[in-house]
Amino acid sequence: MSEISPLICAVGASPMPKKLYAVGAEFANPKELYAAAEKVRDKGYKWWDCYTPYYIHGLDQAMGLKKSLVGLFTFAGGLTGLTVGFLLITISSVYVYPIDTQGKPYFSLPGFVPILDLLMIILSAIMSIVGMTILCFLPRLHHPLWEWDDFTRATHDKFFIVIEANDPRFNEKSAVDLLREIGGTNLTFIGEEE
Amino acid sequence: MSSFTPSTKPARPRYDLLDKHEEELIERAHAENIREPYVINQRDAVWVGDRIASVIENPTPLWWYIAVSIAGAVASFTGIGLLYLITTGVGVWGENNSANWAWDITNFVFWIGIGHAGTMIAAVLYLTRQRWATGINRAAEAMTVFAVMCAGIYPAVHVGRVWFAWYLAPIPNGNAIWPNFRSPLLWDVFAVSTYLSVSIMFWYVGLIPDCAAMRDRIKNKLLKYFYAVLCLGWRGSARQWANYEFCYLMLAGIATLLVITTCTVVSSDFSTSVVPGWHGTIFLPYFGVGAIYGGFCMLITLLVPLRELYKLRDIITLRHIDLCCRFVLLMALLITYIYLMEFFVAYVGGSPNERFTFYQDRIFGPYGTTWLCMLIFNSVIPMLFWSKKIRRNPWLAFGIVVFPSIGMWLERFVIIVSSVHRDFLPSSWGMFYPTYVDIFTFTGTFGVFFLLYLLFIRFLPMIAIAEIRAVLPEANPHEPPTVIKNGAEPGSHHV
Repeated sequence: MSEISPLICAVGASPMPKKLYAVGAEFANPKELYAAAEKVRDKGYKWWDCYTPYYIHGLDQAMGLKKSLVGLFTFAGGLTGLTVGFLLITISSVYVYPIDTQGKPYFSLPGFVPILDLLMIILSAIMSIVGMTILCFLPRLHHPLWEWDDFTRATHDKFFIVIEANDPRFNEKSAVDLLREIGGTNLTFIGEEE
Repeated sequence: MSSFTPSTKPARPRYDLLDKHEEELIERAHAENIREPYVINQRDAVWVGDRIASVIENPTPLWWYIAVSIAGAVASFTGIGLLYLITTGVGVWGENNSANWAWDITNFVFWIGIGHAGTMIAAVLYLTRQRWATGINRAAEAMTVFAVMCAGIYPAVHVGRVWFAWYLAPIPNGNAIWPNFRSPLLWDVFAVSTYLSVSIMFWYVGLIPDCAAMRDRIKNKLLKYFYAVLCLGWRGSARQWANYEFCYLMLAGIATLLVITTCTVVSSDFSTSVVPGWHGTIFLPYFGVGAIYGGFCMLITLLVPLRELYKLRDIITLRHIDLCCRFVLLMALLITYIYLMEFFVAYVGGSPNERFTFYQDRIFGPYGTTWLCMLIFNSVIPMLFWSKKIRRNPWLAFGIVVFPSIGMWLERFVIIVSSVHRDFLPSSWGMFYPTYVDIFTFTGTFGVFFLLYLLFIRFLPMIAIAEIRAVLPEANPHEPPTVIKNGAEPGSHHV
């Protein structure tokens, strides 16, 4: 273990980080986390998140999240692929360089379908991933939470709720009280670089 | 960032007792009419992570070095074969004026087919909520990616003068000529390149959370950077998971569409021609079924040794092997139906050339033995999988699938060579015999495939850690973990 970062401070200890990013708490299992998430949601917090090693079904409802918007990116990608493909094929095989193959019409849509389909597929796939990374705020080279050593377990066996200081309702005392009340342990202040 | 020390060392299960225990577990699950658990022996999320990561974290076993050396040596055959081909000309292959397509396209269709089972498992079974597939989807997708890479070698080099291969790109070439977008060969270029790209994307998206898990636990500095870059800074927040799962769902849908498109397009390379033996509408489902068939055989070939070598029997259970064998059986039945249907259609179609190709040349012609072996390997031997005892015996299944694996290669050879070598005009008939360069290059692709696969199992989590954890009973926030025994879901019907 490396030395403890000056940006991390257990609740009740000192020194507090100069600029607070969030306050985090640890939970033992998905069931506890789920119940806790519902309570944080009901308090009206907006800038907070649960951190889990795997996808927990129904947790997005428990947090009051809206449906993901990745589908829109997929649709936009597919539409772009279809349009670009249609223009590419039509312009090149009807106007720019028409090839007479076995007397088929220059504009032979059924013969264009496979490539239109494939271009639609590849662009929707690319845009789904682009959409996902944008909506997840990825890629990121650094994040204040990574200063917290215990947080490395968020990909292993522990579950975390982190309430960010950006939240309009955020108040150190009430956030700490809430996290303690809903069963969080290992309560910690997480600072960020000024 | 620092790493934590994993809390528990992976327990060493007693494998002598395990198979017997698993049989009992299956019997009980059937008796109580509940699903067999996805992960057996009550392994928890921590065990799953430790066990899968231990493959990467533990010192490299000796067999891995030996296997990599052999695979690398064999892979060099392809390199040498291709170098000789490119510097000399396609004449070094056995192709001639009657059989312009032979081993190159046979090998291409063979390898691309193997890829399809991976997409089938990762995408189609995901969409149909077959959650058992989480145990094997990563391994299957890796198989897809590497098989398509092997497949891609052939269409790229069989054009002859490879330095003109860029004429296939949708750009005006040296004489301002655009490619013919109505040609199935151009569809093929698009299909294979799209298939490779989307398979890699799908595989990579699945890897993101697991790379984050590896980043947080690995001690090796270099590997830590490697995973940190690959995982893009994943934190596993619920908002990220929601978008991630949606993206995965979209990609699964896209990949399903793509797998159908690709095998359809590959089959149109043949079926849009008028060559007897190729000119059939049944080619579209034919290639799809054949692809998935060959792919499942290859998957069993990979999974059975892996679960033994890395002690993953609790995750890749007998049930997985059983279900893969059932897929093999289903595909064997479908492909037998298609074989029969080809003969039926040739008969009712009334074309004397078609009838000659199927009823005389294919059975009694010079390649008749190949056809007979194909029939026995693909339609007869897999019928052993009707027996549950055989399906649940991994090493026996491993031995049996060797036959349909060879049979599927023979099938492509039968389709391609035995159709073109005798077409309409007897004056243009001829024979194809492979040259040593053909044999050398093809053998080498197995080396390429296994080399890439060995590197994959050594450096990337070969089982989807996060996905396996999410199907464990403890991951369900609504049921107290104590209620569920052995991971089975009470009241649900067993599959």
